[in-house]
Amino acid sequence: MTDSTSPMTDSTMPSEADFHYSVQDAETLLARFTKAANWQERYRQIMLLGKDLPSLSPELRVEAAQVKGCESDAWIYHLEQAGKHYYLADSDARIVKGLIGLLLGACHGKSRAEIQAFDPAAYFKQLGLEGQLSPSRTNGLNSLAKAMLEATR
Amino acid sequence: MTQAASPTPNTVTHTATNTMADIETSHASANAVPDTTVTLCSSEAEKQNAQIRSQFPALHQMLDDYPLCYLDTAATSQKPQMVLDAMAQFYANDNANVHRAAHQLSARSTLSYEKVRDQLQQFLKAERREEIIFSHGTTESINLVAFGLTTHVSAGDVILIDAAAHHANIVPWQELAKRTGAVIKPIPLDQACRLDVSAYKTLLELKPKIVALCHVSNALGTVNPVAQLVQLAKAQGAITLVDGAQAVAHLTLDVTEIGCDFYVFSGHKMYGPTGIGVLYGRFDLLDTLAPLLTGGEMIKRVSFEATEFGSLPNRLEAGTPPIAEVIGLGAAITFLQAELTPQVQAYEAELVNYLQSQLRALGEVHLYGAFDDNIGVVAFNLADEHHQDVGILLDQQGVAVRCGHHCAMPLMQSLNLKGCCRASIGIYTNKHDIDRFIAALVSVKDLLL
Repeated sequence: MTDSTSPMTDSTMPSEADFHYSVQDAETLLARFTKAANWQERYRQIMLLGKDLPSLSPELRVEAAQVKGCESDAWIYHLEQAGKHYYLADSDARIVKGLIGLLLGACHGKSRAEIQAFDPAAYFKQLGLEGQLSPSRTNGLNSLAKAMLEATR
Repeated sequence: MTQAASPTPNTVTHTATNTMADIETSHASANAVPDTTVTLCSSEAEKQNAQIRSQFPALHQMLDDYPLCYLDTAATSQKPQMVLDAMAQFYANDNANVHRAAHQLSARSTLSYEKVRDQLQQFLKAERREEIIFSHGTTESINLVAFGLTTHVSAGDVILIDAAAHHANIVPWQELAKRTGAVIKPIPLDQACRLDVSAYKTLLELKPKIVALCHVSNALGTVNPVAQLVQLAKAQGAITLVDGAQAVAHLTLDVTEIGCDFYVFSGHKMYGPTGIGVLYGRFDLLDTLAPLLTGGEMIKRVSFEATEFGSLPNRLEAGTPPIAEVIGLGAAITFLQAELTPQVQAYEAELVNYLQSQLRALGEVHLYGAFDDNIGVVAFNLADEHHQDVGILLDQQGVAVRCGHHCAMPLMQSLNLKGCCRASIGIYTNKHDIDRFIAALVSVKDLLL
C-alpha cells in the first residue's frame, strides 16, 4: 500500500473529485446481507456492490498502489480531507472488488477515530463472510483492511 | 503407463455404451450437468475405486452444507490410512535417530529407514540403492543438483529449461547461472502447449551443459516424451534432470528406461507425507555432486584441519533426516505398488478425459493444453472471468481446486494469462467428483455470466 498522501507525480494520482462518491454505509450493508438466504445470494450481493464502485483507469492500476497478498490484482488510493478519509480502490476480480465495497461501507468518508474503531473481523462475521477474512486466504481482504486502517495513521 | 504417441489436441474419444447410466442416476444433484454420451469404465473399475477411496479418511468430510470434492491433488494428495498408521507406529514404537547409537531402537529405526531406500530403488528401477537420496521435497532435490553441479559449469555454458517448468525447476538453475556465468535458455512450447521438439533440437546444437525438463507439467498436465528428449540431450553431452513431481503418483516409472542423470519428486504428491522428497541420480554423476548441506552423518572424519566427506548416499543427507516421513513414504510406495494397477491407471486416464469433455460440453470454458494423454490435471478458465472469482465460488460449494499461476509464471506469460483454474485428480477421484464439480461450475456460471 502506498500512502497516497505522500507526494507523487500528478499523473499517477486520481483527482480529488474522484474520491468523492457515496457508498452504502455499514448498517445498510448488514441489513442487506442478513437478508441473503444462501451463499449464492451473498455473493450476488457482493458482486453487485462491486459494480457500483468507481473503477480505476489503467494508468492508475500501477504497482506502487498495489496491495500485496492478493491472488488477484488490487490497487488502493487514499485522501484525507477536513478530517475525513476517502478511498479509491479497485480489483481485476469481481468478488474482491465487492469485498472492497464492504470495507468502504465501514471506512469511506469516516474520521480517523471511526476507522480506528472498526473491527473487520466482527464486521465480516456479521456479514456471514468470516471465512473470507482469514490471512490464509489469497483474496487479499486482510491486506486491504490493513491498508485502509494504516492510511489513517 | 509409458507415454508414446503424440495425440492431437481437442479430441477425446470414448466408447459410448450406456451400461453405467443406471448407476449414475443417484447423482441427481447435478441438476444442470450437460448431456453427455461419455460412459466411464466398468463397474469393476468403480468398485476398485470405491475400495481405494475408502482408505482416505480426509476425503470423507462436510464443508458447511457440502461434502468435500477434492480436486487439488496436484498441489498435494490426500494420504491413505496405511501412511498415517506407519508414521504413528514409528513414533509410538521405534522412534530413535538413524545411523547412530548402538541400541535396539536405533537399529530398528535405521533398518526401517534404509528399507525405504531399497523400496525406492525397486520402485524407480534404479541400478543401485546408493542412487536414492532423501531430501525434503522436489524443490530441495533440484537445489541439491543445481548447487552440486557448480564446479561442473563454466561461464558461457548453456542451461536449457523446459518453458512449462515449475519455478522449482527454474530458479535453482538461475542461481547456478549467477554463480558461474552460465546462460539460461528456455525450451519453447509449440502453439498447442507441448514442448516444441524441433526448437529443442535446434537449441541442443548449442551443446548445453544441462537440460532440465518436466515429466508432466504441473499447470497443464501435458506429458513430455522424456525418454526421447533425454536421449537427444545426451547425444549432445548434456547432463539431464527430469522433474517427476506430477508424474510419480500416476505413471509407472523406470529411470533406466528414461535414461536421465537425475529424477526428482516429492512424497506428498504421491500419497505420502509432506517434508520428504527423493533425488535419484546416476551413481557416477551423483558421486561428484558437492554437498549443499554439510554436517551430521554425511562425514567420514572431522578435524579442525580438514574434514572428509562420507560416501553415497549419506554424503548428500546431512543432519537428522525426516525419519518418520521416510517411513510414511515407504508406506505410500507399498500402497501405490498394490493399488496403481494398469486398470486403475486407465480409469484415471478416462477420468481426465471425462473432465475435459464435460468442461467442453459446458461451453464458454477455455481449456489449456488439453490433450487426451494428459496426466492428472485440467487447466481452464470460465469465459473471461477471473480465476480467483471462480475459485472462491467453487469453494463455497465444497469444491477444492487451485486458482493462480501454479508456480509457472513463464508458462502463464506464454499463454498470455494472469492465471487459471486447475482441477486435478488422484487415485481416489471418481466420476461423482467430476459431476459434482461440473454442477458447481454451472452454479458459478449462473452467478457470473
